[in-house]
Amino acid sequence: MDIGLNALIQNIFNSLSLGGLYALIAVGYTMVYGILRLINFAHGDIFMMGTYFAFYAITAFFLPWYLGFLMAILITGLLGFSIEKIAYRPLRNAPRISSLITAIGMSFFLESFAVVVFGGIPKSFNVYPKFFSDIILIGQSRIPLLTFITIGVTFFLFLVLWWILYKTKIGLAMRAISVDIPATSLMGANVNNIISTTFVLGSAFAAVAGILWAMKYPQVQPYMGFTPGLKAFIAAVIGGIGSIQGAIVGGFLLGFLEIMIVGFFPSLAGYRDVFAYIVLVVILMFRPTGIFKIYSEQKV
Amino acid sequence: MPEILKIEDLKVHYGVINAIKGINVRVNAGEIVTLIGANGAGKSSTLNAIMNLVTSKKGKILYEGQDITKRSTAEIVKSGIVLVPEGRRIFPNLTVQENLMIGSYGRSDKDGIKRDFDFVLSLFPRIKERLKQPGGTLSGGEQQMLAIGRALMGSPQILLMDEPSLGLAPLLVKMVFEVIRKIKDEGKTILLVEQNATMALANADYAYVLETGKITLEGSGKSLLAHEGVRKSYLGVK
Repeated sequence: MDIGLNALIQNIFNSLSLGGLYALIAVGYTMVYGILRLINFAHGDIFMMGTYFAFYAITAFFLPWYLGFLMAILITGLLGFSIEKIAYRPLRNAPRISSLITAIGMSFFLESFAVVVFGGIPKSFNVYPKFFSDIILIGQSRIPLLTFITIGVTFFLFLVLWWILYKTKIGLAMRAISVDIPATSLMGANVNNIISTTFVLGSAFAAVAGILWAMKYPQVQPYMGFTPGLKAFIAAVIGGIGSIQGAIVGGFLLGFLEIMIVGFFPSLAGYRDVFAYIVLVVILMFRPTGIFKIYSEQKV
Repeated sequence: MPEILKIEDLKVHYGVINAIKGINVRVNAGEIVTLIGANGAGKSSTLNAIMNLVTSKKGKILYEGQDITKRSTAEIVKSGIVLVPEGRRIFPNLTVQENLMIGSYGRSDKDGIKRDFDFVLSLFPRIKERLKQPGGTLSGGEQQMLAIGRALMGSPQILLMDEPSLGLAPLLVKMVFEVIRKIKDEGKTILLVEQNATMALANADYAYVLETGKITLEGSGKSLLAHEGVRKSYLGVK
């Protein structure tokens, strides 16, 4: 095999893994927006908190890595639940701008909290088993096992999400509530429980993404959620915010573009973060609702 | 007939606007009771107040003798009061079958749900042919049928209906009222809000006339149908 093909294979796997991570985070943005029409700016910081929870579960509480990761995912879910309950629920009927500012405030709060409590200096995330870094050969391409794990976990979680949304009662209510909150309560459904479930699910997904991210770029620091969070948000907007398929497609689209452009035009590597915004501007120019359009409130 | 629902001195206001200024309504079990009145008379507000969907209300709502004024909407639905909202409010993104199933969200009696599902399909054969379609693809009349069917899936003791005939062709209006009578034959109680006063009064056991948040007249459906003031104001008879 020649070098070009090897590079392509390598880039495809990298794109799938990066795109999957963007998609995992984007799903959290889009689910919350779909229901509350709220952009949860703290979502990237929830992602960051997830990595710290995993870090301390393993280094301070000496849990085995798998238990540490599991605990971190659960605690991050709990964090999402608390943020909604404390910060967003009291403002549910307030003007949308108030919730938006609260979300930005929550983002600053979590970052500052992390700086004060965990410290501003990046910590090395060497808490995962060494065999994750083993190299697997596909032809001549050398791909770390972690890349396969990342891709596998992401696709598994998308299947889980699909199952929840389309095969369970709470998923049915989540799809209903995204169109009409009062009408859903008229079905005998507890609206608060459904919204809480959405936050728990989105935050748990962000924690998984955070842990996978921290293993890929093995360090954690309080502002690590900013760039991935922003890009995942862009992915959600590109896909059509509120649409889950859209968030997934948008995440992979962004991951592919970023990796492929840098991979084949290395001289442009310095501009890698710019591509996300260019794609955003171009797509919004031609399709302001994003790739997938969600049902908007029905006029009566 | 025993009294199943009683509204005592209900007041509702939106900001400074008093939508309902103290009304008393009684609904007997197994009857069709209707509230008629012009736009803005407070008909929908009354139903929304029963479901606890309004933010500010005073007075008391008693259901089977129990005070339900402060209960949450979900609890009220589970206790047996279900609303067919104005403008249908079906879920356009869910399939017709999912729309029906979500109506039974608060229930866990599988056999009962299955029985009600079959009953709804027998009531609306046209819905049965469209179970896999998204609700948003149905025509207006079919959506109204779906909204009624969805409410029946909640196994209501009392069905509250907010203008079910609004915006429908005359033939469909007739059909809606046929359905209402069939639901009554099932032993259910119906509190119906309507602008189509002729049809509502002709089918009602008892009726109230609402004017700007107050009840100005009440009586059996037939007596109001013959009442001169009602005929002039609501039935368009000179």
